[in-house]
Amino acid sequence: MTSLNLLIAVCLCYVAGLFTIAFAAERAGVQGRARWLLRSPLVYTLSLSIYCTAWTFYGAVGNAARSGLEYVTIYLGPSLVILGWWWILRRLVRIGRSHKVTSIADLISSRFGKSNILAIVVTVMAVIGVTPYIALQLQSVTLSLSIFAAAEQGTAIAEADTGASALWIALGLAVFTVLFGTRNLNANERHHGVVIAVAVESVVKLVALLSVGIFVVWGVAGGMSQTMARIDASDLGHWHTDGSRWATLTFLSAAAFLCLPRMFQVMVVENDDERHLRIASWAFPLYLMLMSLFVVPIAVIGLEVLPEGSNPDLFVLSLPLSQNREGLAMLSFLGGFSSATSMVIVATLALSTMVSNHVVMPVFLFLRQGGASQSGDVRDVVILSRRLSILGIIGLGYLYYELSGGSGALAAIGLISFAGVAQFLPAMLGGIFWRGATRLGALSGLAVGFTLWLFTMLLPSFGPDGLLSAVTFEQGLWGLWWLRPQAMFGIEGLDPMVHAVFWSLLLNGAAFAVVSLLTFPGPLERLQGAQFVNVFDHSVQRRGWNASVAESEDLMIMAQRILGAGEARAFFETQARLQGKSGHLPEPTPDFLQRLERELSGSVGAATAHAMIGQIVGGTSVSVQDLLAVADESAQMLEYSSQLEAKSRELSQTAAQLRDANAKLMQLSAQKDAFLSQISHELRTPMTSIRAFSEILRDAEGVTASEKAKYADIIHVEAIRLTRLLNDLLDLSVLENGQVTLNRQSGNLGDLLDKAIVTAQAGFVSPIKVTRRHLTETVELNTDLDRLAQVFINLITNAQKYCVASEPELRIEVKNIEDAIIVDFIDNGEGIPEEAREMMFEKFSRIGAQDSNGAGLGLAICREIMGRLGGDVSYLAHVEGTGFRVVLPQSLALAAQ
Amino acid sequence: MAQDKAPLFLERGTYRRRRMMDAVKLVVVLGTGLWMMPVLWPVPEAGGAPSVSMSNALYYVFGVWLILIVISFLLSSRLRGPGTDFGAGGEDTGAEQ
Repeated sequence: MTSLNLLIAVCLCYVAGLFTIAFAAERAGVQGRARWLLRSPLVYTLSLSIYCTAWTFYGAVGNAARSGLEYVTIYLGPSLVILGWWWILRRLVRIGRSHKVTSIADLISSRFGKSNILAIVVTVMAVIGVTPYIALQLQSVTLSLSIFAAAEQGTAIAEADTGASALWIALGLAVFTVLFGTRNLNANERHHGVVIAVAVESVVKLVALLSVGIFVVWGVAGGMSQTMARIDASDLGHWHTDGSRWATLTFLSAAAFLCLPRMFQVMVVENDDERHLRIASWAFPLYLMLMSLFVVPIAVIGLEVLPEGSNPDLFVLSLPLSQNREGLAMLSFLGGFSSATSMVIVATLALSTMVSNHVVMPVFLFLRQGGASQSGDVRDVVILSRRLSILGIIGLGYLYYELSGGSGALAAIGLISFAGVAQFLPAMLGGIFWRGATRLGALSGLAVGFTLWLFTMLLPSFGPDGLLSAVTFEQGLWGLWWLRPQAMFGIEGLDPMVHAVFWSLLLNGAAFAVVSLLTFPGPLERLQGAQFVNVFDHSVQRRGWNASVAESEDLMIMAQRILGAGEARAFFETQARLQGKSGHLPEPTPDFLQRLERELSGSVGAATAHAMIGQIVGGTSVSVQDLLAVADESAQMLEYSSQLEAKSRELSQTAAQLRDANAKLMQLSAQKDAFLSQISHELRTPMTSIRAFSEILRDAEGVTASEKAKYADIIHVEAIRLTRLLNDLLDLSVLENGQVTLNRQSGNLGDLLDKAIVTAQAGFVSPIKVTRRHLTETVELNTDLDRLAQVFINLITNAQKYCVASEPELRIEVKNIEDAIIVDFIDNGEGIPEEAREMMFEKFSRIGAQDSNGAGLGLAICREIMGRLGGDVSYLAHVEGTGFRVVLPQSLALAAQ
Repeated sequence: MAQDKAPLFLERGTYRRRRMMDAVKLVVVLGTGLWMMPVLWPVPEAGGAPSVSMSNALYYVFGVWLILIVISFLLSSRLRGPGTDFGAGGEDTGAEQ
């Protein structure tokens, strides 16, 4: 007889072996070695087989012994799902990869606008749905242990012992999961160690079940045909499965295969390459077929051979034991053990990721309020919360096992669990196929489905007067006939399981669809919806290369573009040295990537750096949020640079203005000096003549009367000139100080021009020829006519004085343009040089030396006068000859014609 | 937008590959149909028709399984042919006729 101690020793050795394999795989994964194995389709397919838990390993035979071929539906559903991989799985995997989905809760919440409430709901539902399942695994392992103990001692094992062994098993599993599930944190939530361990375990359980099957068929029953004959002759000899259960169970297992958190983990999260699905599409159904091939023979032979009342759930173990095949029994035990442990490890891992990401961390961050900026700190917290979640979930499973007392009620829990997680199906499928699905729709669907599942399946599973009173069973909740847990809406006669699945999923889907139709999704929701549903338009399959050096090279090229060649090379070399490598390319370890990202983010912004590195290393597509962040950063940079640009433009404008002003000031200062010498000269010349002639008159003797008269005349003229000069100066200063009072009169522009011309031409021997168009000059004015005439006279006199043409001619043109009357004075002279134009309206500016007569005040006075009158006088460039333009505002005109 | 660029008619090789993809999609329909046949089988009731024997049921269910596995295997190896980047996403463009 196999001793229990030997069994435990073998178990420990087996677990130690698994540890070693997982550890080696983990190291190989980090160092990028053995990718051909770690990322092979074979490992992927084998890891999918955590679908086959201890419940299916042991329970399938028990199920077959009780209800015939019905057990096979549990395998048919997943087979169909993976045979139809093109429809759903391919899409799921692509979405999972391109959106870095970490769990089914993450998938659903991301799809519906990163809704945290949805994530929490899914997480809680998953924990409630899966915890009993974990308890079931603990139970099956302890039960199988107890079989050996019973065989050894000849009696049933003591209750305390099973409890203790369950506790030890739970603890062992927790330690294993903590060790390999939370060793590192990466964005993809991949765990090479765990996956490879799971793959090994699935080989063990397949070999174990096949061995028992082959032994039973050829060793006990005596061959294939014999076995078939015995099957037909047994109680199970005829097809007696209810059609509705057959269809519902197939559907349910298919749904659960998609929705179970642990299946999602291995199928989507741990998937390294979409192409693995293609291999799995035939390899996994093959695996499932082999797993279920010998179930009926084992059940039938077990029923025949073993004594009445043996637990059919343990036929796989008790049959070899009864034939004294301890080695085979041991193998079979290891198979069951493998099924249980791999399921618990992966399920716990998946659930703990969900719990820590969607429940613990948000709460922690909320309590810390902004403390998340210290990233190292938070990483530790994430790992800690992950570990605590693992302990918590396994603890819950153990607690459930203890409370339910390991009773037979657990056997039904597998299907209840399936139906619970199947409630995710409408939200998940709707989310990835229908853009119109909304967050509220998903929430209502989940709420309705989950409530119905609780009411029609979970609570009734504790039996009448368990958690629901018998009265409720008979008469419905609150006495409402249509709320009976096993006959909703008064429809009776359905199998309770079929009834629960039908109503919960139907109403779940209906609520999801109707609420989605009625509500309007938020912007992020719509974006995510479009990205999920049209995932094949946006994402490409990951490129073929995976070699780490290639990644490092790509990173180097990218970093060079951003940091500059020298700096990038220096950075990479430093990092390579830190990793203890001699070359200049470091391994793309998470640490290195983080440092590189930080380095890059200094140049291009954090979000952009993250997206760039993600593109190269993760092969993931950039999510909308990443894009928004990148756009934000670019916008900030753009704004900053445009602000700088505007500032510098402003500065250079100011500098130019300053330069102009300075030049003008210099010019003015020079002008002032010139003016002073000018004015002294101007004043002195007449004064000198006056003094000289008056002295002659006073002192000289013998001056004739005619000479006297001549000298007195000179004195008189000079005095007049002096007076005029002083008058002009006075006039200008009065005008400039604004002390002038305007003497408004009404008059005709033509008359004014007539007078001005007459006045200006007086005293000239050969007056300038004036051309006018009298028709246009009939404009009535109401202004200070004398001042205006002064301007005209000045301009005409200037033309008279300075026009150098042989036949000087002045054109006076009057135009009426919109709100102004324009009077142009254009002569046929040679114009005023450009450099002089600016200064010519200034005081005492004289053009060249030609003007020996005037004081250079005329134009300055003209401008001041026109300013006072509300008009303007300016030089008219671009005409033949010299032109001046006088602009009178229309308001001065009484009646423009 | 992908539809604008995609040609309406495909060259022979691409056409064959598209049909292979169609076949892959149809495997699951075939499987569902065959595996749901037992729903129509008579269940033994008092005086009812003789029901299907368990061995035949086993042969049927596992036979279907095997057939589906073989079909799926053949299709997946056809899809793997040289130069077929089956996952490129172009198959969803609607220009498949």
